[in-house]
Amino acid sequence: MQLRQLAVCAIVFFTAGLVVSSFAGFREFIPGLLEGAWVTVQITAGGAILAVAMALFAAMARMYGPAPLRWLAVAYIEVFRGTSALVQLFWLFFVLPHFGITLEPITVAVTALGLNIGAYGAEVVRGAVNAVPRGQWEATIALNMPRHLALRRIILPQAFLAMIPPWGNLFIELLKATALVSLITISDLTFRAQQMNQTTFRTVEIFTIVLIMYLAISILITVGMRTLERYASRGIARRG
Amino acid sequence: MTTPMIKFEDVTKRYGDLTVLDSLNLEVAPYEKVAIIGPSGSGKTTVLRMLMTLERIDGGVIYVDGEPLTHMRKNGSLVPADRRYLRRMRGNIGMVFQHFNLFPHMTSLKNCMEAPIHVLGLSKREAEERAAELLDMVGLADKMDHYPSQLSGGQRQRVAIARALAMRPKVMLFDEVTSALDPELVGEVLNVIRKLGEQHNLTMLMVTHQMGFAKEFADRVCFFYDGNIAEQGKPEVIFSDPKEERTRQFLSAVLEAS
Repeated sequence: MQLRQLAVCAIVFFTAGLVVSSFAGFREFIPGLLEGAWVTVQITAGGAILAVAMALFAAMARMYGPAPLRWLAVAYIEVFRGTSALVQLFWLFFVLPHFGITLEPITVAVTALGLNIGAYGAEVVRGAVNAVPRGQWEATIALNMPRHLALRRIILPQAFLAMIPPWGNLFIELLKATALVSLITISDLTFRAQQMNQTTFRTVEIFTIVLIMYLAISILITVGMRTLERYASRGIARRG
Repeated sequence: MTTPMIKFEDVTKRYGDLTVLDSLNLEVAPYEKVAIIGPSGSGKTTVLRMLMTLERIDGGVIYVDGEPLTHMRKNGSLVPADRRYLRRMRGNIGMVFQHFNLFPHMTSLKNCMEAPIHVLGLSKREAEERAAELLDMVGLADKMDHYPSQLSGGQRQRVAIARALAMRPKVMLFDEVTSALDPELVGEVLNVIRKLGEQHNLTMLMVTHQMGFAKEFADRVCFFYDGNIAEQGKPEVIFSDPKEERTRQFLSAVLEAS
């Protein structure tokens, strides 16, 4: 499985290298676009961490919290799933200052995208926890484990495995959604590309490189998630 | 007269309109081994599940070692127990399930150490010693580092028995523990239970379809029918000279099948 992905990576990078070297004109754009890509990666990573934290918290609150916390979690999930990520970004960036709260653009980017993806993630977590067989819960009761211990040590580790593939999807969604932050003055990969395009009009070169860079990052995410999945399933998937 | 280890007092359980247990009264003495038999839907598994607090009681009171299980005394009357009380009472009881319910992400040894460490507060070393000893007792000393998926059904069930025993319960509940096993694996599990009966001071309740085992092992057999005990007594009496027509019918049907 991993070999095949590495092969795909190799082919993509090789093709990219070939394209870049055969058109010398590509080369001048690469340093600037790499800087943009680095910003994109940072926002993706920050957003991913926030998304996972929010998803876990919202799912647990929704499933096991006291009533007010449960409502809060439902409200969070519905609001952030039910409205566009772009509007959420704009709201945090342009509306919050009217209430006296001005955030750094990068903070807005990580917060808005993290909360947005976290709302989807909360449902992923909930689904995975519900998919753990009821007998596992019953075993924890028979062993007199309190609920938080059962969740932490028994239920979530099993749910974790089922969560990995959908989280892989969400992280890639997150990566692609980072292109929106170019609209709130952050010079991410897309922003850099547009800027260069406006000054040089070398549209073909610039957006081909951008495409390949996004693809490369998303393949890295996929490979990472597969590796995590294999690591997490040791024992569980093993058949003797 | 000694306090019964378990006492059901007019216990009722309903699922919607269906009454599964109908004012059940049952007493089990300390160290007594009771086999519960009966047709499916007669409420026999529900008896165990209520004792393990997996099901809510709709009426009546269950006492364990003289104390109410799911109620606590407050100003002279019984009120539903809070979580802390329930956890204290639950510590008396261990259960083995039909489908083992082992934790798939943990080895046999870790399965048996988890609750002793995190619930009883044993040190890692103490828990490991206890788990190893019990796994040895059930004949799995060489499978301690195996995951459940690497074990046969009979081996899994023996791990599950060791896991329950690691909590040092006074009462052990066995819920059709051989029903999910291939026939050739039933014997190894029953042997472990037999050994438990000889070596440990445990009160045991088992729901079983293994009539031969019930006859040889149990001190008493309860025949459940329609949410209540239709007939009970010493196994030699129940199996050879049942008084009730329903018991006779059930036994002849079961014997015919086997």
